[in-house]
Amino acid sequence: MPARKQSVQRTPVSKPAMAIDEHVVEILSDSGEGAQKCGQSFASISARMGKGIWTVEIIPAEIQPPARSIEGASGNRIRVAGYPVANGGDQADLVVAFNEQVLLGRLRANELKPGSIILLEDKWRTSIDTAIADSYNRVYEDLVAQGFCVYEIPMEVECLKLVSDPRRGKNMFVLGLLCSLYSLDIQLAREQIQFIFGKKGELVVTANRRLLEAGWAWAEKNLDFKYKIPATPAKEANIVVNGNMALGLGIMASGMEVCAMYPITPATSVSHYLSDVFEKVGGVVHQAEDEIAACAFAIGSSYAGKCAVTITSGPGYSLKQECIGLAVMAEIPLVVINVQRGGPSTGQPTKAEQGDLLMSIFGSHGDAPKVVMAASDIEDCFFSVITARKIAETFNTVVVLLSDASLATAQQPFARPQFSEEWLAPPVDQSPVGDEDMPYDWDDRTGQSHRFIPGQPNGMHTLTGLAHDRTSSVAYDLGINKEAIHHRSLKLAALQKTLKTPPVFGDDEGKLLVIGWGSTKGAIQEAVARVRADGHSVSSVHLRFLQPMASGIKEILQRFDRVLAVENNWADDMEDAMIDEDNCRYSGLAWILRARYLVDVVCWGEVGEQPIKPGTVERVIRRQLDNKHQEY
Amino acid sequence: MAVRARDLLPRSSEERLTLADYEGCGPRWCTGCGDLGILTAVQRLLRDEQLPLEKVVFVSGIGCSSRFPHYMGTYGFHGLHGRALPIAEGIKMRRPDLHVFVNTGDGDCCSIGAAHWLHATRYNMNMTVMMHDNNIYGLTKKQVSPTSPIGTRSSTTPRGSDLEAFDPLIATLGMSNLSFVAQVADWIPELLYKVISLAFHHRGFSFIRILQRCPEFLPDHFEPWVQDPDRMQILTHEDGVQLSSALSSVYRHQEEHDPSDLIKAREIAATSERMPVGILYRNPDAPCYEDLRRPKQLFTPAMIGAGLEKELDKFTIWPTD
Repeated sequence: MPARKQSVQRTPVSKPAMAIDEHVVEILSDSGEGAQKCGQSFASISARMGKGIWTVEIIPAEIQPPARSIEGASGNRIRVAGYPVANGGDQADLVVAFNEQVLLGRLRANELKPGSIILLEDKWRTSIDTAIADSYNRVYEDLVAQGFCVYEIPMEVECLKLVSDPRRGKNMFVLGLLCSLYSLDIQLAREQIQFIFGKKGELVVTANRRLLEAGWAWAEKNLDFKYKIPATPAKEANIVVNGNMALGLGIMASGMEVCAMYPITPATSVSHYLSDVFEKVGGVVHQAEDEIAACAFAIGSSYAGKCAVTITSGPGYSLKQECIGLAVMAEIPLVVINVQRGGPSTGQPTKAEQGDLLMSIFGSHGDAPKVVMAASDIEDCFFSVITARKIAETFNTVVVLLSDASLATAQQPFARPQFSEEWLAPPVDQSPVGDEDMPYDWDDRTGQSHRFIPGQPNGMHTLTGLAHDRTSSVAYDLGINKEAIHHRSLKLAALQKTLKTPPVFGDDEGKLLVIGWGSTKGAIQEAVARVRADGHSVSSVHLRFLQPMASGIKEILQRFDRVLAVENNWADDMEDAMIDEDNCRYSGLAWILRARYLVDVVCWGEVGEQPIKPGTVERVIRRQLDNKHQEY
Repeated sequence: MAVRARDLLPRSSEERLTLADYEGCGPRWCTGCGDLGILTAVQRLLRDEQLPLEKVVFVSGIGCSSRFPHYMGTYGFHGLHGRALPIAEGIKMRRPDLHVFVNTGDGDCCSIGAAHWLHATRYNMNMTVMMHDNNIYGLTKKQVSPTSPIGTRSSTTPRGSDLEAFDPLIATLGMSNLSFVAQVADWIPELLYKVISLAFHHRGFSFIRILQRCPEFLPDHFEPWVQDPDRMQILTHEDGVQLSSALSSVYRHQEEHDPSDLIKAREIAATSERMPVGILYRNPDAPCYEDLRRPKQLFTPAMIGAGLEKELDKFTIWPTD
């Protein structure tokens, strides 16, 4: 590889596009330079052409972190493939960096494939600030010495030919560059620019289109390589949104009218989207004064007949726990969405983690049975909300829907949903209540009761968070609370009878079963597919319902020699000298599986700030296969 | 489900609801508790207004005062400590047809639920809020409350409390989008009824601080005001509180106060030597949150479907032929 590509003007080189199966591309800039918009556009155009995509946002913790800093790196990772993909892939094949500093963090995190291509803004080489110029040169030499293929790109110089402020525009120049390098349809890119900037007027659209075309032309003329990733144009309509947008669309489709929230990362973008569109279908987003008020507001709305949703992330969920217990106790339907982030405490607001599983299942004091489900991909984010609302209203209980920072900002195309009126909530029941009816007339088999909604004549009662009997009177007599707890518990059992056994990915029996839940599905299945391709007897199963769990799971676990739980949360490492069977803290799901099924589940967890990579899971699986005699 | 035919018919004048209809289970407050007087006034008001039982919801938090809904014959929601207001807001948001009342105490409202209270004032949703202020925690057995005067001996301040009392009137009169603020005492039934009635008829967030005696834990606390009417100052207005001639001869310190005068209301709350009773502030024009956020039209399932389809269109990749 040539060490340094001088950015000299040349006549267009003849360069046949090299056919490749897939690439992982990263675009990195300082916060505010638009790398995220560039990355999302690159992904959208690829998806529109029929390529498989998965995007991962790279988000700094602050709004305006220091410029040219490692921690300030902002951008997007896009995995583009000739087939559908369900995760962000392993190391990057090509990286565009607006300065050398934003690159360093990704290098240290080992996110770049050895020898990968780096397209680097070259204006820093000649900076009048010698410290900057020195830093640039040092990093450049270092990258070259490590074997990276570095192309210096005069992004600023080229953009200045078209706009006065290249900080706003460089991203579209880079988009043009990438369209050329990956043989994307430039007309689709122009349409994308119209879509993004259309609201800002024709001048802005034109300026950005020129930058796009300039980037494309520059790459055609000056870069000596080009790729082509096959595309399979879709036969059916697909939609491309991220997980949080899918949750927002799911809320609209579920018939819920009220979403009460308080700003918190990474959940808030659901509410941003909903705030823009919810009123178009008669809904309202209420930004409450705090997390507790948001949950209480949702409970009030549900109580009055309009099943509501409250959306939050870890710290907010902790605050809502008392309210969630009230909704369980008083049997008020409620949907709580927790877009998990790194914890504990304030933790890592923009990072991916699945650390809230046990708190969701067991949280709130006393016996507070609630339904916990997890979305495992973008499409699942959409449909899970509809399911959650239905379960909440059928069983008059709380349904917790878990997503996480990984799904929140990831984009993946899925089949366009076909709206059905059955998704919507029924009208509020205002019919008179019979003389013999009681607000908690628990069915002895299913624990269900038919709640009375204000406005229903003859249904007057005082709902209470105190222990109560079938008439909703405060329970002073012995045994009444036990009866109530029993029936609330029965509701989960009744729901459980309706759940389908999750399908096994791979063979139904074998040596190793990998089990997971939530956003890790894509990475786990890809890793399993890779080791299966080598002839190993490995399968996986992914859980959608965590509480209650479907029947048949125990039988699946028992058909494998060993079961490995893989999660994006903490698990003690049995190879750690201090850790043994007596003190091992298992990963969240492993605790549940061991307790429920008495199966000796081994676990591996990672709190690595990033979504789990298929390559990482693959290594964990191979290590398990090698350690087949190790006892846990 | 059995449906009684009479429930489906409009009620005739002969079928007037009686006080008994508005009663729930028998109150379990202590003998002599000020809450009993509040309950009586409220039941009378609902009877006089003939509010349909099913259209009324009493929401409360936790504490002695918050047992209130159980003693009403309407719908009730006895929720969590401090959280009555956000629950009431959620109820009102999409159900403007329901009459919402909130009963809360000084601990519930001014301590654990203080943030909700201040924001509820600003949201200004149409509901009647009674803050039973006995200056002490009752249900948990005599702990100091934010409104306890400095020096109050309680289970948690055995040598007397250290801090100046929190003033709910001054706090609430400082909020924006203010709608209705009143103060009344449980031991003047005529005024109690009148003020709650005015609050109910006011459209907006009607906040009443009710001075309420706790015979169990602070038995003599309000006695100076009970025994000496000269320590009370009645705020009167032609469109507000007016005293009967009998009461007028007892409460001699009366002041004509225009409830639209916010500056004067703040002055009375902050500087009055006597205990002000009456409407301090009223603004019928303050916008209500539920009105501001109400959908402009009714949405049928087909309209929701069409709205969703339109959104999906924005993100759709259509198949190429």
